[in-house]
Amino acid sequence: MQISLPHFLIVGALLFCFGLVTVTTRRNAVGVLMGVELILNGANINFAAFNHYVVGGVSGQVFALFVIVLAAAEAAVGLAIVLAVFQTFKTIDVRYADLMRE
Amino acid sequence: MTQSTGKIIGWILGTALAIGFVVVMGQLAIVPAMKAMPPGEASATGLVDVLFYVIAGLTIAGAAGVALSHNILYSAIGLLGALLGAGALYVFLAADFLAVAQLLIYIGGVLVLVLFAVMLTNRISEITVSNASLGLWGGAMLFIAVAPVLLAVALVTPWETITPAAAAYTTETIGDSLLTRWLLPFEVASMVLLASLVGAIVIARKEIKAD
Amino acid sequence: MGHESTQLVPVVVTHATWLWLIPLFPLVGATLNALFGWKLQGIFGEPKSMKGGRGKQLVHFIAVGAMMASFAVAAWSFVQLKGLPAEERFLQQTLWNMFTAGRLSVDLAFSLDQLSMLMVLVITGIGTLIHIFSIGYMAEEPAYWRFFCYLNLFVFAMLLLVMGDNFAVMFFGWEGVGLASYLLIAFWYTDPEKAAAGMKAFVVNRFGDFGFIIGLMLLFWGLGGAWQARPGVLRNLDYVPSVEMNSNAGASTAAESEALAPRVHGVKVGPTMNFRELRDQVVIEATGVKEHLAGTTVWGVSLLTLIGMLLFVGAMGKSAQIPLFVWLPDAMAGPTPVSALIHAATMVTAGVYMVARLNFLFVMSPSAMGWVALIGALTAIFAATIGFFQYDIKKVLAYSTVSQLGFMFIGVGTGAYWAGIYHLMTHAFFKATLFLGSGSVILGCHHEQDMRKMGGLKKHMPITRWTYLIATIAIAGFPIANGFYSKDEILWKAFTSRHLALFGYPTPWLGPAIYVLGLIAATGTSFYMYRSYYMTFTGEYRGGDGHHGDAHAAHAATAHADAHGAHAAPAAAAAHAVHAAPADHGHGGHAAHPAPAAHGHDAHGHGAHAAPAAATAAPADDHGGGHHGGTPHESPWQITLVLAILAAGSVLTLFLGIPILWQHTFAHANTPPLIEHWLEPVLLAKVAFGHGTVAMEWVFQGLGVLAATVGFVAARAVYKDNKNEAALLAMIGRWKGVWTVVYNKYYVDELYERIVLRPAAAVARSFSWFDGKILDGLVHAVAGVTKVFANFDGAIDKYVVDGAVNGVASVISWGGGSLRLLQTGRIQTYLYGALGGALVVVLVNFLIS
Repeated sequence: MQISLPHFLIVGALLFCFGLVTVTTRRNAVGVLMGVELILNGANINFAAFNHYVVGGVSGQVFALFVIVLAAAEAAVGLAIVLAVFQTFKTIDVRYADLMRE
Repeated sequence: MTQSTGKIIGWILGTALAIGFVVVMGQLAIVPAMKAMPPGEASATGLVDVLFYVIAGLTIAGAAGVALSHNILYSAIGLLGALLGAGALYVFLAADFLAVAQLLIYIGGVLVLVLFAVMLTNRISEITVSNASLGLWGGAMLFIAVAPVLLAVALVTPWETITPAAAAYTTETIGDSLLTRWLLPFEVASMVLLASLVGAIVIARKEIKAD
Repeated sequence: MGHESTQLVPVVVTHATWLWLIPLFPLVGATLNALFGWKLQGIFGEPKSMKGGRGKQLVHFIAVGAMMASFAVAAWSFVQLKGLPAEERFLQQTLWNMFTAGRLSVDLAFSLDQLSMLMVLVITGIGTLIHIFSIGYMAEEPAYWRFFCYLNLFVFAMLLLVMGDNFAVMFFGWEGVGLASYLLIAFWYTDPEKAAAGMKAFVVNRFGDFGFIIGLMLLFWGLGGAWQARPGVLRNLDYVPSVEMNSNAGASTAAESEALAPRVHGVKVGPTMNFRELRDQVVIEATGVKEHLAGTTVWGVSLLTLIGMLLFVGAMGKSAQIPLFVWLPDAMAGPTPVSALIHAATMVTAGVYMVARLNFLFVMSPSAMGWVALIGALTAIFAATIGFFQYDIKKVLAYSTVSQLGFMFIGVGTGAYWAGIYHLMTHAFFKATLFLGSGSVILGCHHEQDMRKMGGLKKHMPITRWTYLIATIAIAGFPIANGFYSKDEILWKAFTSRHLALFGYPTPWLGPAIYVLGLIAATGTSFYMYRSYYMTFTGEYRGGDGHHGDAHAAHAATAHADAHGAHAAPAAAAAHAVHAAPADHGHGGHAAHPAPAAHGHDAHGHGAHAAPAAATAAPADDHGGGHHGGTPHESPWQITLVLAILAAGSVLTLFLGIPILWQHTFAHANTPPLIEHWLEPVLLAKVAFGHGTVAMEWVFQGLGVLAATVGFVAARAVYKDNKNEAALLAMIGRWKGVWTVVYNKYYVDELYERIVLRPAAAVARSFSWFDGKILDGLVHAVAGVTKVFANFDGAIDKYVVDGAVNGVASVISWGGGSLRLLQTGRIQTYLYGALGGALVVVLVNFLIS
């Protein structure tokens, strides 16, 4: 079977699913962020794939670029938050960062 | 109604939902679609295809490692694999600039940042027990519920594909379009980066303050 | 005269580019002084010093410089205007468009024709002189910069008024001078009486302005009919205002507006607020505007008459005519230069200017003209008689001003527009001289305004005395100064006019009647002016005692405030006692009382003027002769120079008005007076006068001189050297009732208090009672009923509703307490929830489809 669009979509979907699982199951805040990165990468692969096989041009790649940019920003802020959480709770286990229930 | 009973009820309900979802979707959508799927024409598997499968496998394995590893450091290494694999896949998709950007930003920036964070919050002994059984169970349920649907959609949908353009250097095109058609998002992105830079500094500064 | 058959043509406009400079300079001066004057005074002068320092010099350099620049531009404009052919003397400059509504376009535009040129020259010329005078007069004023700022502001507004090319600009000026007048009357606002005088002027002017605005609205209402579509005249036959306003075809620029309005004989017929366009539309009969206006009636009254009368109500307020003259005497509370500039030379003549400017409207309605002339004549004689027995020198001049304004209105009312304007100009000169002379006297006598405390000043103040005398001659009407020429022309025109009407009924006798009133008023004018002259400048100096002590008190610098208080208290007490005296004594004791009924105003004026004197004199010991035992002294050169120039002007301007009769007799020439010739193209509204014979004219001029002589002789007999006061007092004793009435200004203020203030207060009180008793009672009753209901309702609320609510609340609280366990506060739990929800949505979506 020729390498074609569905192949990439499947890789993207699997990345997304693993990312989702990571986000939901990880108790380590850094791990949660890793899951987010996986999800974004899954989406990026979809962007690039659709761009290559369906649309043509570079607009999908530009979208992916923006996603990368936002991911970088998110990582910076997210990790800063992780540090702040660690400072506050002396742990980065997300189960203990449950002030929102109050 | 104690917390634990509520929790158990919640998990049971969630599991039931996931199983029900899988069953119903399988009956209603996936199986008929699979049947209706046009048979793919068989073709010789070339070196490129093999390379693709290897890289895709690396990517997925990395992602699985991120999700399943007990040690956060292994997770980080799994993430490295996944990101590298995704970058290599971009090359298959004739997105050379994107691949390089992936390499530079994700692996050179984000991943290093993540590793820093891991080191800075270094209580690895606690982190090794990061996955409780219920969490793993929930994750499995989620995976079972979501993955088939997405895979089915990817496989079944009759995508209106075009003949892919031959691989070419996209840097110039992307640069042009960033400064013409996508100028506003480009500028906004720069503002977002600036804001996140400032925000990250402000948030992380507390540490120093508290000391 | 005798140009009735001249074909009227549209005004030819010559565009000028420098007109805006004329009002700009005073505006800049006012702005500079308003923003930086205080700083300048503080930085460059010693703040403690009340005497003029360098800072004060800067302040008045700015103000006087602005005025001089303005005058220079005005003079240049005059030269330009003079260079044009007589019919084309109309300079115009449009600065920018203020607003455009439909076909109406209103610009900020200035224009100078012969009439406004004359006014501008008077305003800037005499204004400059009075600014210079103020340097000397206000030298000790702490708020020096504020004074000059206001003065410049006033000049700016006045120039807007006379130079405005349309009603809008003129109205800005009209209100602006009102504001400046208010600010300047209440200049010493710490004195409640002066602040009240300012307020009075403002409020009384509001009454006038109300009439003015109604008149304007009526005018445009009437013209709106004239501007409506008539076949063959207007392009758009169906004039629908809303369509006109909203359609794209409506004019959005001035040029479009120009194009939209059709032209008849070169005259634009369409909505306008422009004087020139309005004049063209009215005087060129082919446009049909005149016909339309003349044919319109409101409830049976001719619209034109109504417009004329209402516009004149505005003039009444501004120009202090019966019944709205009451503010002008009180306006004397302001500094004397203000009285000279605003309340004699310029602002109060705005009404006269307005009537002359709109002569083409007034001339169409004999009733409006008769109304103007009659009110003018009544005011002239009424104010003149009040002037007879006033003791405050500025009050005398104030009533004299009111009276002279009456003469001007006789002039413009009978159709002798040029004579009215000429009198405006001559009056500006001699009344400015008189006011400034009185200012000089007041300064010389240490802020004393009561003529009974003056006397014999001719020794001490020679220049002031001579200039005052010249101006007195001018106002009295001897042919050696300008007043005779204008007043005589007005009275002669009044006598020969036969066209006047009142309320639609032709009254050919009105002209001669006005003449008689005017002649009596002229006699009175001569009397009270010579009286003031003799009382002030001849005899022995009667002031000094009180001021001697005052000066000493002021010298005691440490305690001057207390000294002032001590000084003011006995003065007020004395005034009170004297005021009460005639009432207690009755007829018998009256003659023995040398100073009956010291008026409240005088006492207040005295005390109030002592205040700045005491406060300001203390640190400044080198203030002339003011502290050498209270002797009067001549004023500084800024004052005497101005007086001399103005007095010279009072004489020299007579050459503008040499009557045609004299030229005919002596030079066999037949040229009209210069000023009539100059103004002729503007004041084109021709009124038919009866033709008297040459002999008759001579006789009437002789009568005028005779009237002046009678007044002069009478005043000299009684007041010269203050020798015959006994005879006067005997006369007063005989005619006490009349004297009291006249002395108290016919009780007009009291009358106003009765018929306006008290009813207003009574109405207010009754409303208050109504509010307090009826309305509040109702409110309280309602409140009581409401209270009962509220208690009942409260019970229901407490036991039924609250019970239910509390029940529900406790149920919900319990439920919430249980459900809150679902809220773990962990993001991941929520994420599970969100994903589960998404799955359900997808599932449902599939199941349904």
